[in-house]
Amino acid sequence: MSQLLQAVRIALDMIISGDPVVYSIALRTLMISISATVLASVIFIPVACLLHFNSFRGKAFLLSIVQTLYSVPTVLVGMLVFLFISRAGPLGSLGMLFSPGAIVLGEVLLIAPIITGLTISALSGMGRNISDTAISLGAGRLQMVLKVLSESRYMVFTAVLMGFGRAVSEIGVAIIVGGNISGYTRTLTTAIALGVGKGETAASIALGIILLILAMIVSLTVNTLQHSRK
Amino acid sequence: MMRYIFSGFLLIAVLFAACGGQSDPSAESAPAESTEIAEDAGNESVPPRASAIRLRVATTTSLYDTGLWSYLEPMFEEEYGVELDVLYAGTGKALEWGRRGDVDVITVHSRTREEQFVEDGYGLERVPFAYNYFLIVGSPDDPAGLAGMTPDEAFGALMSRGEAVFVSRGDDSGTHGKEKAIWAAAGYDYEDVRTSGDWYVEGGSGMGPTLVMADEMNAYTLSDMGTFIAYQSDLNLEPVVDQGDVLLNVYSVLEVTSSGNPEMAANLVEFLTSDTVQELIGNYGVDEYGIQLFTPCAGLDM
Repeated sequence: MSQLLQAVRIALDMIISGDPVVYSIALRTLMISISATVLASVIFIPVACLLHFNSFRGKAFLLSIVQTLYSVPTVLVGMLVFLFISRAGPLGSLGMLFSPGAIVLGEVLLIAPIITGLTISALSGMGRNISDTAISLGAGRLQMVLKVLSESRYMVFTAVLMGFGRAVSEIGVAIIVGGNISGYTRTLTTAIALGVGKGETAASIALGIILLILAMIVSLTVNTLQHSRK
Repeated sequence: MMRYIFSGFLLIAVLFAACGGQSDPSAESAPAESTEIAEDAGNESVPPRASAIRLRVATTTSLYDTGLWSYLEPMFEEEYGVELDVLYAGTGKALEWGRRGDVDVITVHSRTREEQFVEDGYGLERVPFAYNYFLIVGSPDDPAGLAGMTPDEAFGALMSRGEAVFVSRGDDSGTHGKEKAIWAAAGYDYEDVRTSGDWYVEGGSGMGPTLVMADEMNAYTLSDMGTFIAYQSDLNLEPVVDQGDVLLNVYSVLEVTSSGNPEMAANLVEFLTSDTVQELIGNYGVDEYGIQLFTPCAGLDM
């Protein structure tokens, strides 16, 4: 217990004193996971709309695959991305391995199923009356989709936040394709893993607390944005 | 929603630009302008610099966990105006990164595998630069009574009794390789050892975590001296067997043949073997731990 309290004190010290190393790691982590979340949202919310508003053979099967991939192990995604962007891999010429961009790429793939799947759930929850009403009022297909999307925006935001949560807290991708390079690809989770390995318990817990604070700030910001737009 | 989509598209554009910039192999002679950008490189508004002016060294965990690389890194960066990325992994993984062309320089400790690496054309030359010794460490009461034995006698005693727990790295690292070599010297087939019972534990992690595990389990393990000394104050473990030629632990630096920046890779080899840095390596940790962690050995055939 005293170890925990001490860790909390160290965390507060780090935050208040503005420890430059901790701040740069926290900022980097935030940049990487927000980039991944925005990219994944931009690509996969439209994909979710396409899947939801069209019927085709094997749709139910596809959706269950998407849901299965909610649980894809982060280290597996990390290893697959590694094989693709390593210099010996098909995308090796991009020279992306061991860079922050590589982590973003891996995290986009990691959270794509969650954002796609939960967005589809959000759209399904709206029922048919909104889309029917929109069409009866003369809306085009795109307008109808946007209308349903905007009506279900709270649930869609939740999907995006879930994606962010998985991205900011994952370690498999960050350590395999980022490499935990000090000052370049070190994120909160890889720094914690290194600290745990070194037996630096208090500092590791402190970094964990900072990660949770970041997650809280992001979710509060998103919530505030939602309410102010109402 | 539209605003999000729009900003996202901007981001994709920036990201692609960043990737493109990084793949540019031509910027070899543009050092300087280093440190502050490096800190912010995670920010997608600042494209990462061209890979050619980042030099990547893959190091075995023991040279990282002891803090030696963190100590030498800023000196090298200062002297050559390059951003040095230090990646740590077991010897097996470090060599694999080298084979795939993902790193420029490797510092590891497994002579036979290094020689194989050079022979296969992946590395230029094996250059030893420091050594110390491996230790068999265990709890101070030495439950298996290994004190005073040679390394192979000690391993033989562990195997025949099959009671005292031994934690193996089990991760294809240089230390794991050394452990296998000692089993072979003691006359055992490694597969037999590995499957002989609950006493043999494959930890599957780095040296530091393995020491912590051995401590928790009241077990023995094989550790390089540097990591053991750096962790010793937090552990209730002591060296039990520390004599024997088989325990020699030589660290070498190898330039990777496919490096995109051979000049700078050669600079790093020269840096590590220079008189000044050799002296720094010899003195590293002496103030903190009261004992020499590494003995410099540039120019010696080890």
